[in-house]
Amino acid sequence: MDHFPTNWGRPKYDNFDTSATYPLHNRGQNQSTTSGATQHTQQPIVTGTSVLAIKFKDGIMIAADTLASYGSLARFKGVQRLHPVGDYTVVGASGDMSDFQYLQHILDGLVISEETTAQDGHTLGPAEIHEYLSQVMYARRSKMNPLWNSLLVGGVKDGQRFLAYVDLLGVTYSASTLATGYGAYIAQPLLRKAVEGRENTLTEPEARAILENALRVLFYRDARSINQYQIATITANGAEISASLKLETSWGFAEGIRGYGAQTQ
Amino acid sequence: MTSIGTGYDLSASTYSPDGRIFQVEYANKAVDNSGTAIGLRVKDGVVLAVEKLVHSKLLVPGANRRIQTIDRHIGLASSGLLADGRHLSNRARDEAASYRDNYNEPAPLKALADRLGLYVQVYTLYSSVRPFGCSTILGGIDKDGPSIYVIEPSGVFYGYNGAAVGKGRQLAKTELEKLKLSELTTREAVFEAARIIHLVHDDAKEKEFELELSWIGDETNGRHVPVPQDLFEEADRKAKEALENFE
Amino acid sequence: MFRNTYDSDNTVFSPQGRLHQVEYALEAVKQGSAAVGLRSKTHAILLALKRSSGELASYQQKMFRIDDHVGIAIAGLTSDARVLSNFMRQQAMGSKMVFNRPVPVNRLVSAIADKAQVNTQEYGRRPYGVGFLVVGLDHTGPHLYEFSPSGTSFEYFAVSIGARSQSAKTYLEKHFESFADCDLEDLIRHGLHALRETLQQDKELTINNTAIGIVGPAGVHEGTGTSVDFRILEGPPIEVYLQTMQLKEVPPPTAPTPAAASASASAPAAPPPAAGDEDVQMSE
Repeated sequence: MDHFPTNWGRPKYDNFDTSATYPLHNRGQNQSTTSGATQHTQQPIVTGTSVLAIKFKDGIMIAADTLASYGSLARFKGVQRLHPVGDYTVVGASGDMSDFQYLQHILDGLVISEETTAQDGHTLGPAEIHEYLSQVMYARRSKMNPLWNSLLVGGVKDGQRFLAYVDLLGVTYSASTLATGYGAYIAQPLLRKAVEGRENTLTEPEARAILENALRVLFYRDARSINQYQIATITANGAEISASLKLETSWGFAEGIRGYGAQTQ
Repeated sequence: MTSIGTGYDLSASTYSPDGRIFQVEYANKAVDNSGTAIGLRVKDGVVLAVEKLVHSKLLVPGANRRIQTIDRHIGLASSGLLADGRHLSNRARDEAASYRDNYNEPAPLKALADRLGLYVQVYTLYSSVRPFGCSTILGGIDKDGPSIYVIEPSGVFYGYNGAAVGKGRQLAKTELEKLKLSELTTREAVFEAARIIHLVHDDAKEKEFELELSWIGDETNGRHVPVPQDLFEEADRKAKEALENFE
Repeated sequence: MFRNTYDSDNTVFSPQGRLHQVEYALEAVKQGSAAVGLRSKTHAILLALKRSSGELASYQQKMFRIDDHVGIAIAGLTSDARVLSNFMRQQAMGSKMVFNRPVPVNRLVSAIADKAQVNTQEYGRRPYGVGFLVVGLDHTGPHLYEFSPSGTSFEYFAVSIGARSQSAKTYLEKHFESFADCDLEDLIRHGLHALRETLQQDKELTINNTAIGIVGPAGVHEGTGTSVDFRILEGPPIEVYLQTMQLKEVPPPTAPTPAAASASASAPAAPPPAAGDEDVQMSE
């Protein structure tokens, strides 16, 4: 008989002993009962494409289209890739959507436990969420089993704007404009040109226009994109994520392209 | 007391010849000696209230809360050994989080009370541990509406419309029985809860106390939160007035 | 001596629903020399009385730094304190690593309280024999907490633990309402006055037997480079604070004048204390 009740079984929950309150050397061992081969993620399956984000006068704006592709197939057209975390933060994800759903699950649990354990006025802001995510991502890549995402974390807390990147390798960086995936090549130069040096003067409509323009260019050039998108706006008043919006595009120029318009030989 | 000196009361793993487990009964004594906690289940919510006995005037008022939040929609008030109450509320949080993890929805109160009851009961089985010296009121709103459960040191739990544990539970229960709980709004119940706590507090015998109130209802969006300051002050004031009229 | 049967084991409730082993652990805290804590709107400070086992021995360590923003003072078993303070440091580091956030002080204190509770409920263990005063500065301002072996923690405006701490408490209760608006120097002076109350009649606070821990902005006697981080003042730097103390009102009979005593504090003028004297010269 094991006479230490804390060994009698704990809820099956990864975060159950975050404060390491149970010090005995043999405690909290989650004996793994799996047997046989283990598998590690080697490629993403259902993927989202670029996420774009910029700083503006009142906060942070993050945009992403709503497509989740299965290879080159446009498999799910209405997937939200922006996720609010607490009152001050939004995380936008490109890469594997199931890994992102897992991260959403983890973050939701984290927010609830932060909210409930103490109710002491200490809440997680964007900087803390980003640090946490970078630790999770790095820990997973160190197990050679990464969560296949590139994430943008943006938010406002205590009057401070925060915008940073973290990816499946645990790499992090911060800038006033950020873009993941294909957007890092196509949209980032456009965003830099429009935003850098104007972070403190850009109004919300201006910021929105900049992102919409970049999304439109991406839709023209990125074969894994779609003309539906959402924009998250995080200001001192909190985070707001728009409904699904449609991009205005014009394809008149393409009429002369062989294979698109009428065949001209 | 007949139990003392018989040797049958030194371990939770020992029955007395007449089939009692004295250690569990002694654990109940720890509850009976400490500040009262009550819970009211009314038509659209739940109110929890605690008579927090204050052992020093140097304590920061409002800090050191005794009513805990277990999940967004669940509150917990305990009476008895403070540290045991915290142990149990930590366990309750783990269970609630585990439920969310597995089923991706908020834990029903009954499921949580059931799991906590099992956990507490295990501590009544072995000589290597002692039972929990606290009775716990679990209150919240789930998809079946508001509910309250009380988990006792024996591990047994019951659902209640109005619950009281701790020193003043008898008087509190009498007062609760006078109320038409199913017709009260949560806001009205806040006033009744404050009044009852003030009523059961024994000024002559006891140290100072601090009233603690929390609620869950439509007005809080189904979340367990402390009663807002203005409402708290109004309830506290009215309770004191009612007490003066009562005497 | 008669001992009742319910006190030799921490997994046994007495018929009154009490836990005697826990109560005895609280006594262990009272064996340690006193520590005092106070809080203003800007600072939280600790003051402690250090004992020395003899002329040739150093003075004990009463304060520990946990993190930049948190420090503790202890009373009771020093070895237990080292285990718990180590645990606190780990918690603080964990918070820094996972969230890049200084750990909220209340959560740090709750963590050791929850840890201590386990020791009151299981066979083969004993409750910790040490009490802490914890000061810290976080997002919500300066804080002062008391942790005790029963597994509880409370937040205070001012508090004291250890031998004869009741005398200090009496002083604090008389003055605590003015602490909120005190500057650092006044707060320390109040702390020293409170700590002095725990001394035996013929003893004085000196730079050797007193330690001061501070979180909050630098005071006028501290270097301009001093940050808000927790720091422990010992030895010569506290002389300036000791000098601000006002003479204690001494009950008219017996007692020699304290002023004379302090002048020759370092010289072994007085004969060694009697064997029954359990204060300043006692080892832990």
